[in-house]
Amino acid sequence: MSDADPAIGASPPRLEAGDKATGRAQYADDIQVPGMLHAAILTSPHAHARIVGYRTDAARAMAGVKAIVTGADLTGPRSGGIVKDETMLARGKVRYVGEPVAAVAATDATIANAALAAIEVDYVPLTPVLGIDEALAPGAPLLHEEYAAYAKGIEGTGHDNVVWEAAIAEGDVEHAFAQCDVVVEGTFHTQAQHHAYLETNGCVADVDAAGKITLHVTCQSVHHVQQRVAEELGEPMSRIRAIATRVGGGFGGKHATNIHSIAAWLARAARRPVKLVLSRMQDFEIQRSRHPARIWIKTGARRDGTILARDVRIVIDGGAYADESPPVLTFALLMARGPYRIPHVRARGQAVYTNKLRAGSFRGFGNPQASFAGESQLDDLATQLGMDPVALRLANAMVPGDLAFGGQPVPSCVARECLVRVRDAQRDAAPLPPRSGRRRGVGYASVSHVSGLMGTAATVQLRSDGSVALLTGCVDIGQGSDTVMVQICADGLSLPMGRVSYARQDSDASPYNWKTAGSRSTYMTGRAVAVATIEMREKMFAHAAELMECAAVDLELRPGGVVGLRGVPDLAVTFKEIALRSLFKAGGPLAATHGFVFDGPGFDPKRASLRQLAFANLGVYTFGAHCVEVDVDDATGEVEVRRAWCAHDVGRAINPVSCEGQIQGGFVQGMGYALTEAMQWNEQGWLVTATFADYKIPGVLDSPPEIHPIILEDPDPTHPVGAKGIGEPSLVGAAPAIANAIRHATGARVRALPMTPERVLAAIDTLR
Amino acid sequence: MKLHSVLTINDEAREVLAPGAASLLDVLRDSLALTGTKRGCNHGVCGACTVLLDGRVARSCLTLAADVGARAVTTIEGVAGVDAYSRVQRALIDAGAIQCGFCTPGFVLAITDLLTRNPHPGSEAIREALSGQLCRCSGYIKIVQAVEHLAGGTHE
Repeated sequence: MSDADPAIGASPPRLEAGDKATGRAQYADDIQVPGMLHAAILTSPHAHARIVGYRTDAARAMAGVKAIVTGADLTGPRSGGIVKDETMLARGKVRYVGEPVAAVAATDATIANAALAAIEVDYVPLTPVLGIDEALAPGAPLLHEEYAAYAKGIEGTGHDNVVWEAAIAEGDVEHAFAQCDVVVEGTFHTQAQHHAYLETNGCVADVDAAGKITLHVTCQSVHHVQQRVAEELGEPMSRIRAIATRVGGGFGGKHATNIHSIAAWLARAARRPVKLVLSRMQDFEIQRSRHPARIWIKTGARRDGTILARDVRIVIDGGAYADESPPVLTFALLMARGPYRIPHVRARGQAVYTNKLRAGSFRGFGNPQASFAGESQLDDLATQLGMDPVALRLANAMVPGDLAFGGQPVPSCVARECLVRVRDAQRDAAPLPPRSGRRRGVGYASVSHVSGLMGTAATVQLRSDGSVALLTGCVDIGQGSDTVMVQICADGLSLPMGRVSYARQDSDASPYNWKTAGSRSTYMTGRAVAVATIEMREKMFAHAAELMECAAVDLELRPGGVVGLRGVPDLAVTFKEIALRSLFKAGGPLAATHGFVFDGPGFDPKRASLRQLAFANLGVYTFGAHCVEVDVDDATGEVEVRRAWCAHDVGRAINPVSCEGQIQGGFVQGMGYALTEAMQWNEQGWLVTATFADYKIPGVLDSPPEIHPIILEDPDPTHPVGAKGIGEPSLVGAAPAIANAIRHATGARVRALPMTPERVLAAIDTLR
Repeated sequence: MKLHSVLTINDEAREVLAPGAASLLDVLRDSLALTGTKRGCNHGVCGACTVLLDGRVARSCLTLAADVGARAVTTIEGVAGVDAYSRVQRALIDAGAIQCGFCTPGFVLAITDLLTRNPHPGSEAIREALSGQLCRCSGYIKIVQAVEHLAGGTHE
């Protein structure tokens, strides 16, 4: 890129793409430290059991075994998310098959695994609770007998096997349904989806002579890992340091987990570095899934298509530990209205404990479940009304200035434009030839989402040759945030990107960032980078004004690291001259930091009744729409997605090619959710889909050859460069659009994910 | 029992002492520190461990090191020669086809094999040749486009 090219809106190759293409990029399992031990985890064979004893003597006596830890060694408080209910190893009870029970560090992996086999754990099996109905049944066995005593991060609580309850309501739903001419209702079911990042979770924990632990970790936030490990080891955060490796995909599944603490504990005990990288099967068994959900939903409209009321009950299956269940439930409820101006809405929900893998955050965070139900039902409503599904959506779509569910003003809204763009693009495309034995259908879905949440910061520093060092805590998990942050900073200083360095995230050195999550990096951290860059420019202008003996307001940036006097081409100073003056003559080294917490409006308690929500505010709203064409095989019920058009508002596309990559990749991950992906447990609570052979993620032949991203840019007024997030919305629309296309092709409504051939055939059979 | 053998890896003779049951992937990553070859599933489904044996794709996780014999092994570290990038690597970088990057080495080798056998594959041949490689980030569109570009334009 030449000095004159603007960095924002261009699509330069990713900064780290060369390292990734040549195998140089270092992921967690690529880290080697001299003297490194290998860890292995013993997991529970029971879904629900009391632990009554451990025998580790034989394992401890084995040559090469350097440290062993069991739940009996843990005495500190419980850790976790809003409900502090977890320990890094099961303590007292096991609550899912695969739960870590003990861990070993040994000189090689073979010895570590042999030592695991020599550890004996005595269990008294308890009745497992494997589904929502079993968990809520009167007299059901309790997973957490001490739930009431657990620390909670916010006000509120659950009870019995209920992790959390929440509710939101606006208007008068009962009265409004009485005014409706058409009412549709139905119950929808969604499954557990696994993140299936290609790189499993893992880390290397090193320890120095003073006992300080440094983790090299594949993760979505070094600060979150640092905090969780410090909590579980009972150490101050000053003695725990987390440094991000390259991250081979995250999607919500690489937030801090028990395994980081286990590795750190073993390193501290052995006084040696320890590598703990999960096998694919253990990653499936002991990490996280997307929440299975059961959603009852009822929507009513007037004969003219005006939607008046919606009532929703959502129960999500949180698995054995609360993790992100309260916020996922909250967000599912907030998204249950969809991007529509429905005046009377009530959404109530529960998250329950079951004896399965914990469910947690996963791209979309409750919205894929809510939108599958809501957008499927919108098409059913259109059928009942005799209306075109796009027309019904357009008639009810939010417009700028409307309020989101909960009362937050939404100044920037292109819900209608997104729908029109995908409809027109599909209409104008040359039709694919029909195929015998297959029925063709076209389906639509509208989506809303947010980008925001919590705190972040960025620091910009000037180096002595006029180069700039940019620091943030935002971990690039593959989506391209490293490049985007540098583009924003370089653009703000009219520098070529090669003159901006960007440091790998290190909890001891990087400004705080909550997480790479919630479609928030470009909006939140990008906004911090933009403002810090503006502050750096102002500081440099103050030096330049003194060097040139002029007023700062008369200065301008010139490409390539030059500050000049506006209208006087010959009068200028370089960033280098400014840097040298600041370092050696006046003012001191130049640095600018900007940090903030999402500062947009919160929910409005005067408008909506709000009970036990896990957030006070969310973020800025974004909108999108998907259109898909599918072929349904008459004989087998198999669904093939032929083409897709996905329109999304990104505020401003910092890197359009990366935006397209997020849209195409999110769509295919959503298509896997829609059609093939399902984690399944047997009656004993064993996960029977713990390999890539049993858990089917889409390959290239399963994926449509055409996924057309349509990028809309409606700049957000609160972001200096106008950007919003795109990470999650691209997944959310896929399943309902495909469901609606199946309905269009066959007349049959499939109300459960994944929409397997068996389910599609069964739904068609109900029509006969 | 340890196995002592000499493997030809990226045109160099490498002496290896490894357990008899070691896979080629174990040897590359653990004995030779050639960590560009990735362990994604360790049972032959995901393709992240793809290498070339005498120029043809092979799953290094399913290949016993003891069975490699005299066949030439090419890993991601060996595809670029003296240049910074091979044309396949360059095309993936330029197309924006690399996201998290964990699957990328396997794709580079699978594409290299394809273009050696068939310099001008059509879209269907490209998709068929890449069907053993999983990517969770990209939706495959930009990867296929990068290969179409190398193959000399879009084919129907």
